[in-house]
Amino acid sequence: MIEIENLCKSFTLHNQGAAVLPVLAGAHLRVDPGECVALTGASGSGKSTLMRMIWGNYRAETGRLQVAGLDLTTATPRQIIALRRARLGYVSQFLRVVPRVPTLRVVAEPLLALGQPEPQALARAAALLARLNIPERLWSLSPTTFSGGEQQRVNIARGFAHPFPVLLLDEPTASLDAVNRAVVLDLIGEAKARGAAILGIFHDEAARAQVADRLVDVTGFTPARAA
Amino acid sequence: MSEGYSFAYLDAATKRMIRRALLKALAIPGYQVPFASREMPMPYGWGTGGVQVTAACLIPEDVLKVIDQGADDTTNAVSIRRFFERTAGVATTTHTQDATLIQTRHRIPEAALTEAQILVFQVPIPEPLRFLEPREAETRRMHALADYGLMHVKLYEDIARHGAIATSYAYPVLVEGRHVMDPSPIPKFDNPKLGDCPAIQLFGAGRECRIHALPPYTRVVSLDFEDHPFEATKAEAACDLCGAETSYLDEVITDDAGGRMFCCSDTDFCAGRRAAGHLGRLSEGAA
Amino acid sequence: MESAQGRIWTRKKPEPEAGPLLLVEGLGKAWGARIGCADVGFDLYPGEVLGIVGESGSGKSTLLGCLAGHLPADAGRILYRGRDLRMMAEPERRHLARTEWAFVHQNPRDGLRMGVTAGANVGERLMAVGARHYGAIRATATDWLGRVEIDPARIDDRPRAFSGGMQQRLQIARNLVTGPRLVLMDEPTGGLDVSVQARLLDLLRELVREMGLAVIIVTHDLAVARLLADRLMVMKDGRVIEAGLTDQVLDDPQAAYTQLLVSSVLQV
Repeated sequence: MIEIENLCKSFTLHNQGAAVLPVLAGAHLRVDPGECVALTGASGSGKSTLMRMIWGNYRAETGRLQVAGLDLTTATPRQIIALRRARLGYVSQFLRVVPRVPTLRVVAEPLLALGQPEPQALARAAALLARLNIPERLWSLSPTTFSGGEQQRVNIARGFAHPFPVLLLDEPTASLDAVNRAVVLDLIGEAKARGAAILGIFHDEAARAQVADRLVDVTGFTPARAA
Repeated sequence: MSEGYSFAYLDAATKRMIRRALLKALAIPGYQVPFASREMPMPYGWGTGGVQVTAACLIPEDVLKVIDQGADDTTNAVSIRRFFERTAGVATTTHTQDATLIQTRHRIPEAALTEAQILVFQVPIPEPLRFLEPREAETRRMHALADYGLMHVKLYEDIARHGAIATSYAYPVLVEGRHVMDPSPIPKFDNPKLGDCPAIQLFGAGRECRIHALPPYTRVVSLDFEDHPFEATKAEAACDLCGAETSYLDEVITDDAGGRMFCCSDTDFCAGRRAAGHLGRLSEGAA
Repeated sequence: MESAQGRIWTRKKPEPEAGPLLLVEGLGKAWGARIGCADVGFDLYPGEVLGIVGESGSGKSTLLGCLAGHLPADAGRILYRGRDLRMMAEPERRHLARTEWAFVHQNPRDGLRMGVTAGANVGERLMAVGARHYGAIRATATDWLGRVEIDPARIDDRPRAFSGGMQQRLQIARNLVTGPRLVLMDEPTGGLDVSVQARLLDLLRELVREMGLAVIIVTHDLAVARLLADRLMVMKDGRVIEAGLTDQVLDDPQAAYTQLLVSSVLQV
């Protein structure tokens, strides 16, 4: 579901003497349905960069980057939007929402965007929030006022609301207590079981060991820094 | 007739100019035709537009009637009638049926008009959209594109505020399904007489330099809502002088103790009924 | 013309059509020797939000003015549902402007009739397209005030008595009441407090989804663009210098100017 061959990425900083900053070179990666692959490597080695390229957030220039059948090096913005809507889910570390939408709606949004009837979408959102132990009295509030751990769980609920065939997870268990961590790991396990291809970054080694089928060290994709 | 003036005061070139505007106005019912309004020997607001239209239409054989709020004997009516007696030498009358040309301010006579008659209205402000949209360029564009949603906004506001359409005079009409027109400040009671009228109706606005017109038998519809239909209202009373129940009435305060009476605003109509023996509440000899 | 009697005037999501709702090609407008905008091209489908960002004087408002028909363009084509707006007669364009299009001004005073009540402001477009049933017009206006979160009890108040945020929401209700397909917005959240902005952004997103609106939003606020727009066009000196997926343009800008623009903002 995710196929990457010889993918490179560099940033050209036009306002700093057109400095070219290579950040990724010769990346190879493949994630099949029902498989969970974890990216490893020291901080700054390019895990997040790779993740953001798969998400379509950073432009893919050279090499091959195929996600759920779409080639991101040639995809139009419209195709990427459609990909994100139906086939590619992303649980990021940050919650970026309009700061007054109630949590229940934030979680239901991916389903509403797909045209699901509102009652069903809200019911699904409620079930996920309950499972992730977000107290019901918070559901009508905006998650922007929540603690870090609560925000993270809202993000996870949002990412798992729709059964995406491809899922990107950026530190999904980072700031969670043991109970909620177990819930998230269950969710990941269930997604794998239904055939989702999952690519994740986990600093939590125990969690990684529990859900990841393979590890890919991105240090091998880090370009040698020009002096 | 005074010496030294053209017939009916205006020079021939001016009359031609006004007649051209009149013909255009008749050809496009409800459309405001600009014309080069002249200075007249009376102040604006005294009917200079109507007087110019009348002057352009008069022929020596005409019989002229002039009314102001339905009355033949007010200062305004008398002075305009005298003006044309002196400058055109035409015959004048107070009887609606006898007149061939009637200049009016704020009323349409009660008696039915005929194809042999011309009714000339004095118009203070010809633009029905003026108080809703102050930009003249924009109102003209709105007329050109029949973009009249705003007229109903005004009526909507009336209902929202008063529970009913409170506009009682200068009530806007749609002419031949095309132009929205201000019928001059006639009471809305007179609105139904505008449509399908055998006489020619001409509207002159002197200060605003505009002429508009309704040719005979024009379709004229007062604007309204389906659930708040137009109503031609009048005072709920009969004329205290002639007993008429269907004519438009003026209310007259008779003393300082709240005494009042109603009488026909159309003085000729009222006088005619009294001559025919109709009696009202305050008629001499009435019970 | 159709009577509004007995029904609320809300158009359902439009049936999907082949081709874009709006297709712009080679659009240009010059002010004498100075370029207003030049060689602008893009397409827009129902349900899409296109953001146009750039500094003052970059040509984004000129572009919006040309699209809305407020300004005559000098060059190019603007195809709305396959028909060239530049060739369209004024009456037809006006009819479109009050039925299928909406224009939300930055300053609500430019888009509202300040002298008439909120109800009449919302009802005007309905009356302009032939609604003649007072009760139905009022019911629709009441419904729309609720949808934009204005207390329907204030239907007979004038917009002067409203706060800036309420006025802006009223302007949106007034524009959307006829169920338009294309909404043009010029800095709709400019001049509003941050909390009021958020409420408006949320409302706009909901309406886009529910009504399948196609929206073009001009803004210099990159945070607003990020939350609202699917795609972004960056303008400078009248030209589009970069276009693409909103978060890609903001997070991985390619053009020197876009990099400068993005880095000049504190945090988006």
